[in-house]
Amino acid sequence: MVHQHFMLVENFTVLENIILGFEGELVFGKNLEKAKKDLKNLCDTYKLNIDLNSTISDLSVGFRQRVEILKSLYRGAEILILDEPTGVLTPQEVDELFKILRSLNEEGKTIVLITHKLIEIMDLTSEVSVMRQGEMVGHTKTKDTNKEQLAEMMVGRSVLLRLEKSQVKTGDVVFKVEDLTVKDDLDVIRVKNVNLNIRAGEILGLAGVTGNGQTELLEALSGIRKVESGEIYLDGKKVSDSQNFLDPRELKEKGLAHVPEDRQRMGLVTDFKAYENLIFGYHDQKPFSKSSILNHRDIIAHSKKIMEEYDVRPQSPNLITSNFSGGNQQKIILSRELNENPKVLLVGQPTRGVDIGAIEFIHQRLIDMRDRGAAILLVSVELDEVLSLSDRIVVMFDGKIVGEKENNNVTDRELGLLMAGVV
Amino acid sequence: MATVDKSKVPWWVSNLIVPLINLILALFVSGLFIFIAGENPFEAVRLIIYGSFGYIEGFAYTLYYTTNFIFTGLAFAVAFHCRLFNIGGEGQAYIGGLGVFLVAINFSFLPVPIVWLLAVMGAVVFGAAWAFIPAYLQATRGSHVVITTIMFNFIAASLMVFLLVDIIRDTTQMGPHTIALPEEQWFPSFEDFAALFGIKIRYSPLNISFLLAIAASVFVWFLVWKTRWGYEMRAVGHNTQAAIYAGISPYKNIIIAMCISGGLAGLLGVNEILGVHHKIVAGFPAGYGFTGIAVALMGRNHPIGIFPAAFLFGILYQGGSEVTFDMPNITRYMFVAVQGVIILFSGALENLFRPQIENFFVNRLNLKAKA
Repeated sequence: MVHQHFMLVENFTVLENIILGFEGELVFGKNLEKAKKDLKNLCDTYKLNIDLNSTISDLSVGFRQRVEILKSLYRGAEILILDEPTGVLTPQEVDELFKILRSLNEEGKTIVLITHKLIEIMDLTSEVSVMRQGEMVGHTKTKDTNKEQLAEMMVGRSVLLRLEKSQVKTGDVVFKVEDLTVKDDLDVIRVKNVNLNIRAGEILGLAGVTGNGQTELLEALSGIRKVESGEIYLDGKKVSDSQNFLDPRELKEKGLAHVPEDRQRMGLVTDFKAYENLIFGYHDQKPFSKSSILNHRDIIAHSKKIMEEYDVRPQSPNLITSNFSGGNQQKIILSRELNENPKVLLVGQPTRGVDIGAIEFIHQRLIDMRDRGAAILLVSVELDEVLSLSDRIVVMFDGKIVGEKENNNVTDRELGLLMAGVV
Repeated sequence: MATVDKSKVPWWVSNLIVPLINLILALFVSGLFIFIAGENPFEAVRLIIYGSFGYIEGFAYTLYYTTNFIFTGLAFAVAFHCRLFNIGGEGQAYIGGLGVFLVAINFSFLPVPIVWLLAVMGAVVFGAAWAFIPAYLQATRGSHVVITTIMFNFIAASLMVFLLVDIIRDTTQMGPHTIALPEEQWFPSFEDFAALFGIKIRYSPLNISFLLAIAASVFVWFLVWKTRWGYEMRAVGHNTQAAIYAGISPYKNIIIAMCISGGLAGLLGVNEILGVHHKIVAGFPAGYGFTGIAVALMGRNHPIGIFPAAFLFGILYQGGSEVTFDMPNITRYMFVAVQGVIILFSGALENLFRPQIENFFVNRLNLKAKA
């Protein structure tokens, strides 16, 4: 089993991680040497190319995944289960991984691939089962099916893979970032001299592999994180630099809305009731609160209206938020942030862990916002999402903007190379 | 055992049945203690009920204790909604008492109702000020309030002993206490109230602070669930990251929550000084601040829960003293142990039987729904 979130001890070496639980002796000696030899053989057979003595924390995600695979093989696995193995990888790393998986397959190992990326299914598998709401809804040979058919099985109806969207009608630049540098909590510079311009009525997609500074950038833009140097302009007026910066509430009042990357850590108070989350961040505004007293009748009425409009299920404002599904939690955040008709919308990973039906709904809402003239910054690690929504795409790698493309005939390979920092 | 779907558990199961079963278990274990000590537990229960309900003065005592527990229970609950563990209620109450006394004695030229109002405000301000320092340290330096408030209890106690011995002691007396407040400033007691109706009863410490406690309960309920401040405090308590995202300042809310908490604890001083002693007596908070933690936990940090929990502890305090009076084998410390067992079952082991009980009721309701 290779989990989506790796089960590795970060400050151990590769070797130590692999023999963990199978040490076999009190003082390392003979067994360890034998293990080393076996592992070297395995590495050679499957071209895993791992240095057994390197520490996990020094390895890239792609290599950590290989360590997980090696661990399973060493324990004599005949069936390898991979849970969303490509979520954190660059396209090049995915290619490498698939090569490894193919060679394992040739050696007679069984591979179970759990993924929501249909391309991978078509590319790698020989048979496919589709699971929907805990039920197996279909099983077929991969060569007898296609992506559209699989997608239909997954949602129970056909979905558009490419969104229909009107020609972009852009206005003035409403959100401008100049030479922005941001540090993280450990004082490491994560965003380096970034420049961005977003016009009214366009979606700027920010692609990049997780952990290349997108999180810190979003936090700085929304006023959560301090700006180290550089300036941010909203509607032509400077809102933040290293000396003066508006806090998230003041930015909201100026028409900036933010759908954060991690909905449970930041976007919601999961112990709150749904209606309390639906006014979160806007709770001090009329009609929700008058002279600091919450107006429950108006809040509930508003919540019911908005839940219906955004198809949040179940439509019960009094339910505790953690009882909603991921997709519906995301809809709660989205409805809250979009409802105020913001001039600028920052969106981080809008569809992470969300079912396809909700993804479609969320994408459509974002396009509607664009057509109404909002300037949208879309930060996503899903290339498909960036490609299908954005009018313009910038790629972030190691804290820097490494490329900017108009979104016509740009390929995912092109972007992938940028994301991996190859060009 | 399957986990329970929390949304299907009826509110009365988790908020009434579970605490009640925990309480019964605690009483059962306490009964064993009493049995081992060589007394009849049933007789002890009878004495507790007689002591706390059996005669009017006893009942008045029960309500007097309840008053104190409501103040300290509410104090703990308010801070807890912001996920702050304020165990400094004891010290805040002590300093709150100082506020009451200083205000009452220095403004005695004013009409009595105004003095009362000012004295209540004095209690709140002094209690809040004592909570402010740990709150400030928590908000800006990350010094944990559990540590600092506990230390501030000791500092408060030392400070008060110093003041009572060297500065504000009644110099005509030997004991470490102040002079008494003018008699017209004393809070009307239950005796006075009964006398209005021509009923003559003996002394009890119950006074109109009890009404203040009820008012404080309503205030806390309103604050926490009906105002923007309560909303923001709860947001900070449940998810600080999200609060920052929404533009809610954790710094501000930690300080506000602690100051309100300290102010409520300070109100204990009103009951003790205006209502009972009419002067500052060394050590008057007598552990109410700590018991308040148990009261709040048992009452699930909600004023509606805190009231019965405070009443229960009032019964134990009053009924317990009746038992120690009549049963030579049972000492005062026995009842400290009983309290401990109640805290253990309703606080620490609160979730011991919760899943089973909730499961039981959910299954029964499901069966009923099917039938």
